[in-house]
Amino acid sequence: MKLYEFEGKKILKEHSIPVPRGGVYEEYSIDRESYLSNIPVVLKAQVLTGGRGKAGGIKLVDTEDEVRSSFEHILKLKIKGLQVKKILIEEKLDVKHELYLGYSILRSEAKIVFMISKEGGMDIEDLARTNPEAIIKFPINIIDGFDKDTIGDLVGKLGFANEITLQITNIAEILYGIFTDYECDVAEINPLVITDDDKLIAADARISIYDEAIYKHPEYQKEEDTYTTLETKARRINLGYVEMDGNIGVTGNGAGLNMATLDIITYFGGKPANFLEVSGRTYHKAKEAIEIILSNPNVKIIFGNFFGCISRCDVIAEGLAAAIKDGILNVPLVIAMRGTGSEEGLKTLKNAGVEELYEDDIDAGKRVIEILKKL
Amino acid sequence: MAILINKKTRVLVSGMTGKEGTFHSRKMLDMGTNIVCGVTPGKGGTTHLGKPIYNSVKDALVKHELDACGIFVPSKFTMAAANEAVDGGINLIIVIAEGISPHDSLKFISKAKKNNVILIGPNTPGLLTPGESKIGVLATEYVQKGNIGVISRSGTLTVEICYYLVKEGLGQSTIVGLGGDPVVGSTFKEMYKLFEKDKETRGVVVVGEIGGTMEEELAEYILQSQNKIPTVAFIAGQNAPPGKRMGHAGAIIEGGMGSADSKIEALKKAGVSIAKVPWETGKLMKDIL
Repeated sequence: MKLYEFEGKKILKEHSIPVPRGGVYEEYSIDRESYLSNIPVVLKAQVLTGGRGKAGGIKLVDTEDEVRSSFEHILKLKIKGLQVKKILIEEKLDVKHELYLGYSILRSEAKIVFMISKEGGMDIEDLARTNPEAIIKFPINIIDGFDKDTIGDLVGKLGFANEITLQITNIAEILYGIFTDYECDVAEINPLVITDDDKLIAADARISIYDEAIYKHPEYQKEEDTYTTLETKARRINLGYVEMDGNIGVTGNGAGLNMATLDIITYFGGKPANFLEVSGRTYHKAKEAIEIILSNPNVKIIFGNFFGCISRCDVIAEGLAAAIKDGILNVPLVIAMRGTGSEEGLKTLKNAGVEELYEDDIDAGKRVIEILKKL
Repeated sequence: MAILINKKTRVLVSGMTGKEGTFHSRKMLDMGTNIVCGVTPGKGGTTHLGKPIYNSVKDALVKHELDACGIFVPSKFTMAAANEAVDGGINLIIVIAEGISPHDSLKFISKAKKNNVILIGPNTPGLLTPGESKIGVLATEYVQKGNIGVISRSGTLTVEICYYLVKEGLGQSTIVGLGGDPVVGSTFKEMYKLFEKDKETRGVVVVGEIGGTMEEELAEYILQSQNKIPTVAFIAGQNAPPGKRMGHAGAIIEGGMGSADSKIEALKKAGVSIAKVPWETGKLMKDIL
């Protein structure tokens, strides 16, 4: 679960990492003297995506009038499809230098990776592509923990004065604590600013907490801002649903088989409308799955691809048959069913009036596209 | 031969008396897995499915020699169970549960690595050597004994791939589920190396998916490997939108990393045949063998 910049900064501040003075606002009101007195100020759109600057979501302003007009302008922006609802207004910093400091998970070694660079400010992924030597990386074994001497030596390589090196190392240690305590997948300060008077301030904060650990921090849970309305609705009944922009509704058991089904549809020249997994504890929810899929008005046909293992096909078929019996289904349905319970499942569906029944997804996938073309 | 497990492998099931543990232990026993005993705290001294139950791994090791431990306890008890198995000195641990915080996984995986223990999972369907042994939840009805090693990050899709291999007359030496989590104990590269050394394995099918860089690291290894074996790969999620978790916690394209294109390109460069859809894996493998 990604945190907003202002939430990330709140955590940094609580742990004594300096952040710019400022506040977050949902609407412009003239009585907010506090931020006006700090002019010039920076207005920053709060959205859960990168690329805010390029999209015009960050503005430095010098006059009161500009604060109002920029505020109202940014509040109307949609950045990568996400509506701006909050704006962070902060003091402008006197920047001498910008660093990058961050932690993430090094999946292949099952370690935490410490990263620091003198080239702060730009996207770390872009920096990794254009100038990988500019990033110092160091893997940390979580059971060994943060070693201040080692990290201090690495920070020293950046060539700053001792006092600055020490300040950076202290911030690195605090940020490591935040990363592990909150169970993050990312904790980044980019840029970490050195001001003209040699103070360190976190000018941005990107913190993301693993979904599996977010229940420990309910104040940062925000489904509505992370998922579409339909995705939220599906999550409430434990269905893993992802909305896409095609017209072929998809469901199947298992995450891998579902992803493969999207690939099969594309292979035959179609476009999937969604990903929807019914398995594990939810394979008896095929009827609900059909309802969710059909809530997307773009769906013209549904492809159900099932390989019965622990999620038995006969149980899945009963759910599908119930959807038909209730008259929910108003588009053609093509089914591929093999594995445990498939014989019985196919029989159930035949009795429910489904005509397009196949064992293998190679046959069913082809058929989906044929039918779609005739619609 | 096969890798990691065979009919002789002596297995302990952690959480054997629970609902999941009972269901899957029965299936494992049915296909011939040599389950020696189970562990459930508080139920030591009883028997379950004809096997003795102990309060702890330590107690079990007093009475038995054990080669592997399958952990079927719910996610919140998994870390303790995994640590206990490592401390006991069991060299192969399979962690089935889904929904474990990756930071907890980091802890018990690091501990396993420090002790030279092979840990598979979490969120894995486990290991299966057809006709010999299984530790996990993979369906055995659609696989067949043979010479193809399968390494996968999925469950059902793994069975689907085996089904299409069998249609081409290709059985499997061992099937390894790595797990669908972002942090897992064993990687494609590590398992691939074991298959390279296995005399029974003549080809490997890699079932990757979006997220992380495990497939790219495998490709890098294959490029410089001295004893190449025929390899086919299918990468699921070629059409998945970026920034969205596709069912598995680890299946997400983020920060420009983990796309199917990047994996396919790297594997192609290493000389691996790429299947665009699941059924092509069997056909491609048959062609290159």
